[in-house]
Amino acid sequence: MQTVLGISLIGATLFAGSANADVRDIRIGVDVPYEPMEFRTPDGELTGFDIELGNALCAEIGIQCEWVVQGWDGIIPGLMARKYDAIMSSMTINDDRRKQVLFSDPYFTPPSAWFAPSASDIEMPYPQTLEGSTIGVQRGTLQDNYVTDNFGDVADINRYATADDMVLDMDAGRLDIVFLDFPVGKATLIDSNAGDYKVIGEMITEPKEYFGDGFGIAFRQRDEDLANAFNEALSTLKDNGTYEDIYGEYFGAK
Amino acid sequence: MESLTTWIEGLLADNTIFTLQTLSYYGEGLTTTVQLVFLSLIIGLVLAVPLAIGRGSQHRWIKLPIFFYCYVFRGTPLLVQLYLIYYGVVFIEGIQDTWLWVLLEKPFVPALIAFTLNTAAYTTEIFRGAIKSTPKGEIEAARAYGMSWWLMMRRIVLPSAFRRALPAYGNEVIFMLHASAIASVVTIMDLTGAARFVYARFYAPFDAFLFVAAIYLCLTFAILYLFRYLERRLLAHLRPSSQ
Repeated sequence: MQTVLGISLIGATLFAGSANADVRDIRIGVDVPYEPMEFRTPDGELTGFDIELGNALCAEIGIQCEWVVQGWDGIIPGLMARKYDAIMSSMTINDDRRKQVLFSDPYFTPPSAWFAPSASDIEMPYPQTLEGSTIGVQRGTLQDNYVTDNFGDVADINRYATADDMVLDMDAGRLDIVFLDFPVGKATLIDSNAGDYKVIGEMITEPKEYFGDGFGIAFRQRDEDLANAFNEALSTLKDNGTYEDIYGEYFGAK
Repeated sequence: MESLTTWIEGLLADNTIFTLQTLSYYGEGLTTTVQLVFLSLIIGLVLAVPLAIGRGSQHRWIKLPIFFYCYVFRGTPLLVQLYLIYYGVVFIEGIQDTWLWVLLEKPFVPALIAFTLNTAAYTTEIFRGAIKSTPKGEIEAARAYGMSWWLMMRRIVLPSAFRRALPAYGNEVIFMLHASAIASVVTIMDLTGAARFVYARFYAPFDAFLFVAAIYLCLTFAILYLFRYLERRLLAHLRPSSQ
């Protein structure tokens, strides 16, 4: 009887192993709220881009995932203390964190975009049509750095302390175009002033020098198999369109 | 010029923050700050003289509006006045269709208006005090000579009032220079704007702000020196004769 059990256990392990090394059900740490990436619906349910993508990834791998809410300052120590096995909480990949944790491939790079009044005739390619125009950016942001280095010589750059001041001046007609985090611009310009503004050109996430490495899922250094499983699942979801569906739900179509 | 640039470049070779580029930001900032402060002080001074005379008028309809103006502009923060003139005018119906908008569209003129109105209010009060403290004997003497009001103002009251107002006005000039640091909140790239830019870009608050503090200090000392010189020249008759 014991042998039969033993053999079937080995069989089960082998079977599971053939699918995904030895990946088991896991818990994922997340810091809420950070709308629209992770937040609670009015009836208390966790949702957001990270949560939906995370659930889709777990479904793709074929494991059960449980979300654990954890404050941001203790989120990496919590991972080390095995309170959960992964962090998926809009964490930007950088070298300091790489020393402590193992990152998946980036699953999201917050895109920046150009916004202008609907009547604007500014179009690609930028350097020529931006000549002599007034560009608005938020001071000290990566968008500021990008615009300053690339268009500082041809255009006037107005730097604002807050995105609200910038939007006010855009409404006042003092700015020809602004460069913003796409989700912020969409919420403040497009959604709240229907028809007055438009996005010009493509979303911008390159070059890395300005826009960084994007958000990654963090694992303990030793859990390479788990990270690989998530990377594989991520590329599958990007190929089969699931990723794009979830993206569209939170940020509009690309 | 060419060799100066090379020399500075060599000097800055190992410096990641103070490159030629960031120094040029500070340079532009210095120009903007000096322009803004100088222009607002000049225009403010020109406005303040008639206002100070009117402030001491017997007629209620001349006296009261000027009092009210000084009261409002001295009683509210300059930052609030700047916000009102820069962001507030946007909400005046139809303002964007008038010729005024050409002036108000860019941040420089709104800032100049706010600074000018503010310094004019303070300067008015300084001059009013100086005019009021004109020795009665001088006025009586002028009347005894049969001077008209205007001639008396021009020859007796105003010159001596200017001299007496000089130390207080010197302070106002320095306060104005320091107050101009808020210009960067309406996107003007003044000295403080340049410092904030460098700070945000390199996350180096000490380097960025200590450098700009040193520049402000130099400007302040230049103004102080100028007023010391003027006081020594214009108030020479008040010094003890032994010196």
